[in-house]
Amino acid sequence: MDGSVFNEGDDIHEYLAQHEKKDMLRFLTCGSVDDGKSTLIGRLLHDAKSIFDDQLETLGSDSKKFGTQGGEIDFALLVDGLAAEREQGITIDVAYRFFSTDKRKFIVADTPGHEQYTRNMATGASTADLAIILIDARHGVLPQTKRHSFICSLLGIRNVVVAINKMDIVDFREDKFRAIEEDYREFARQLDFETIVCMPLSALKGDNILTKSEKTPWYDGSALLPYLETVKTERKDGQPFRMPVQWVNRPNLDFRGFAGTVVSGEVRPGDEVVILPSGKRTKVARIVTREGDLAFADKNRAVTLTLEDEVDASRGDVIAAAGSPAEQAGQLQAKIIWMDEEEMLPGRQYILKSNNRMIPAQITDLKHRIDVNTLEHLSGKTLKLNEIGECNLSLTQRLVFDPYQDNKAMGSFILIDRLTNTTVGVGMIDYALRRSKNVHWQALEVDKEARRKLTGQKSAMLWFTGLSGSGKSTVANLVEKRLHDLGKLTYVMDGDNIRHGLNRDLGFTDADRVENVRRVGEAAKLMVDAGVITLVSFISPFANERRAVRERMEDGEFIEVYVSTPLEVAEQRDVKGLYKKARKGEIKNFTGIDSPYEPPVSPEIDIDTSEVAAEKAAEMIVEYLDRNGYLG
Amino acid sequence: MTADTLLKRAERLSERSGLSITTISRKLLNDGKGLERIRNGGGMTQKTLDQATERLDALEVAETPRAKELLSPEAMTHLDRLEAEAIHIMREVVAEVENPVMLYSIGKDSAVMLHLALKAFYPAKPPFPLLHVDTTYKFRQMIEFRDALPERLGVDLRVWKNEEGIAKGVNPFTHGSAVHTDIMKTQALKQALSHYKFDAAFGGARRDEEKSRAKERIFSFRTADHRWDPKNQRPELWNIYNTRTAPGESTRVFPISNWTELDVWQYIARENIDMVPLYFAGVRPVVERDGTLIMVDDDRMPLHPGEKPMEKMVRFRTLGCYPLTGAVESSADTLPKIIEEMLLSRSSERQGRVIDHDQSASMEKKKQEGYF
Repeated sequence: MDGSVFNEGDDIHEYLAQHEKKDMLRFLTCGSVDDGKSTLIGRLLHDAKSIFDDQLETLGSDSKKFGTQGGEIDFALLVDGLAAEREQGITIDVAYRFFSTDKRKFIVADTPGHEQYTRNMATGASTADLAIILIDARHGVLPQTKRHSFICSLLGIRNVVVAINKMDIVDFREDKFRAIEEDYREFARQLDFETIVCMPLSALKGDNILTKSEKTPWYDGSALLPYLETVKTERKDGQPFRMPVQWVNRPNLDFRGFAGTVVSGEVRPGDEVVILPSGKRTKVARIVTREGDLAFADKNRAVTLTLEDEVDASRGDVIAAAGSPAEQAGQLQAKIIWMDEEEMLPGRQYILKSNNRMIPAQITDLKHRIDVNTLEHLSGKTLKLNEIGECNLSLTQRLVFDPYQDNKAMGSFILIDRLTNTTVGVGMIDYALRRSKNVHWQALEVDKEARRKLTGQKSAMLWFTGLSGSGKSTVANLVEKRLHDLGKLTYVMDGDNIRHGLNRDLGFTDADRVENVRRVGEAAKLMVDAGVITLVSFISPFANERRAVRERMEDGEFIEVYVSTPLEVAEQRDVKGLYKKARKGEIKNFTGIDSPYEPPVSPEIDIDTSEVAAEKAAEMIVEYLDRNGYLG
Repeated sequence: MTADTLLKRAERLSERSGLSITTISRKLLNDGKGLERIRNGGGMTQKTLDQATERLDALEVAETPRAKELLSPEAMTHLDRLEAEAIHIMREVVAEVENPVMLYSIGKDSAVMLHLALKAFYPAKPPFPLLHVDTTYKFRQMIEFRDALPERLGVDLRVWKNEEGIAKGVNPFTHGSAVHTDIMKTQALKQALSHYKFDAAFGGARRDEEKSRAKERIFSFRTADHRWDPKNQRPELWNIYNTRTAPGESTRVFPISNWTELDVWQYIARENIDMVPLYFAGVRPVVERDGTLIMVDDDRMPLHPGEKPMEKMVRFRTLGCYPLTGAVESSADTLPKIIEEMLLSRSSERQGRVIDHDQSASMEKKKQEGYF
């Protein structure tokens, strides 16, 4: 049997059996005006015998009337649908085409090549597994080529075919092809493609479409259709199970099912799941279908789940694998493509619709626009039709999501205008912003990183060392106040206070001083692990012990603040009257008097409070933290 | 078919369904050892072979191995993906729209759509009514089939007729196909949607049917006067559908947009979906007009001078008003035969509809004016 074609005398049962096992590939074609996109699709439909004879007849008569091929069959006419565009001779919207071979069913999204129609291309790309990017062999890589490639990459397409078309016009010259291929690959290095396959084609003449052309003996790759029939785009991505609840099925009091489409991973009865955002845990009882219960359901399957416990779940909730729940946030960063004539207004409330949930949301900040031709970041206050930007969004409720990069279905949303109800923009979530909560339900998963996300800060230990009366505690307290005002979670461990409690059994011998610092170091380390910015204000005279604490921490978690106020100044201040007592011999082993102080060799921060006011010093330290990313 | 092919098919069915060769043999030949004998070179009469073939046809359709197939974590086939997409779309409408309806034309696309709805909401019944716009000139067998639905499937069926049109005696014979279709179908549909205040209506249109449909969204917005604006469609990305409308506005929703005619037939076969008998070949009274075979379904059809109904073996590739629907001569009386005929005839299905012949861009115009 020859491909999809069914001939007289073939066995229909065999044909049907074969065709029932086919899988499906969705791809889109994109290219500039006149690259021959519609011709290529027409050619594929024709060569795969998907055109019925009556359509071919209409095509013949239409070709004479509207055709651009001088009376020859103009395949483009088969694809260009609407009456208006026939007259203009261009495609203006997304059109979907279908054809089949014995291996696959294909859904083709045909999208226009005009600059002003980015939104249509993004529409076609959003459901495509693969993109064919057309390049006119005479013109090579154009700005439009780059734009289309960028949009494909942005929308998460990982496999592209670069169809270098109209090779017949350049006499099938290899050097032309190679030069364009090299150009394209160089450009595409900035993009997120996994496979790029370049093919020399003539859609008009049919070269390298169905079979390898004799005119390109130098080309050692596959022809287009055989490639499309075999390419694997669905990678085993190992994403955990997610099913947004679409509809709660309650035909009677005895049945409560949660209907939805599995968007990633797989599910079996008995699997432990968590309902988000509530965090309730339960197990899957049954996977119900009209044909009987299933033992298994995987990605893209539309099912109805029943759960073992009477847990509350409603539309918009997500049922997720208990071991790896999705994130939740009310503040997000996302890339947004604007799709409306009326420009995006930061601060205006739109309706965000994502995996079955609608939440009022506003764009709080346009961080920058992205030039689709150069991929450069541009500043801007608003997005116009077809512009793309990175934005911060603030939602009135928390959204359950995964980053788009990991999970398209869980990371995508549309923005709807409240007044006109039109879809004005679409977005792809990058990550949650700091004020939002990243809830992890698995005990083991709540680690330092998780806590840091919760507080939106990088916890660390600020270790103030210096002589008694140097101003450590004063500065530490001022720093804490400032951090607190910034919404940071902090804690000050002060030498004197700790000696009243945790370390009250310790004296001031060298051994006790070592143990004193060790205990404080351990306690502070726990605080850092808890996500707290911890300020330790301890004389800690010995370099060795300070180094030991530093070495128990991860890089960047130990910030040594040397309060280098000279002894004379400290002694002069003598706030607690200790120097006096030490000089009188009433206190033994007093640092700086009869016990040594080993100054740090290269502290992160060095402050001499005899030269810098305490407020100024505190400001410097906060600045340091901010500059180095500790404050989120 | 040869005995060899019969054996091959029986073996494939056995593999697919889990039925043993002995069982199949008994069902086909009334003899558990019959197929074994054929395998060993044994012969049989043509009559036995024909009878066995017929039984095998029926058995293959009956043994739709769905549940079993779903138990194994195999990759989804194209039909699985299309089915899941349609179910997702239907659930989305039911969850977000106040008062949806399913337009039910009694044809094969409607049959598939209804079947998908039964699946989408199982064990509940589809939580919306079916609406049939009755032009009063549908085939009698269509109406019988329609009227049996509520009892057979437990669905809520509503029938709407344009009473004004009936009062004026609008019919396809004296008023022509264009006027009849406009008043009894397009206008009637608008009346029904306005009357019941339906704010979303499922339709069985497919993008492969016709060029302007290829560009229509799955959720297709309609203004308060039911118009479609092809230049101003809402962007539709991923499977996130914008269902919002203002009062009076509505949405037409096409869950099987991405299906082709072959997909539809294959799915009907796979799922064993009941169809109006008119799709299957049978001896029916027809007359030939302008190269089209029209069935004389009742005595309202005026015969031209000298015209005499002929008894012919015909079937219909598409169903509508009987005076406007061309029959094709055919002997295809089983699903596999219908599919076989479709694949061999290579003529697209809407050709049987008289209304589309008017002009090339006619469908687009009709749609803008509110035709479904």
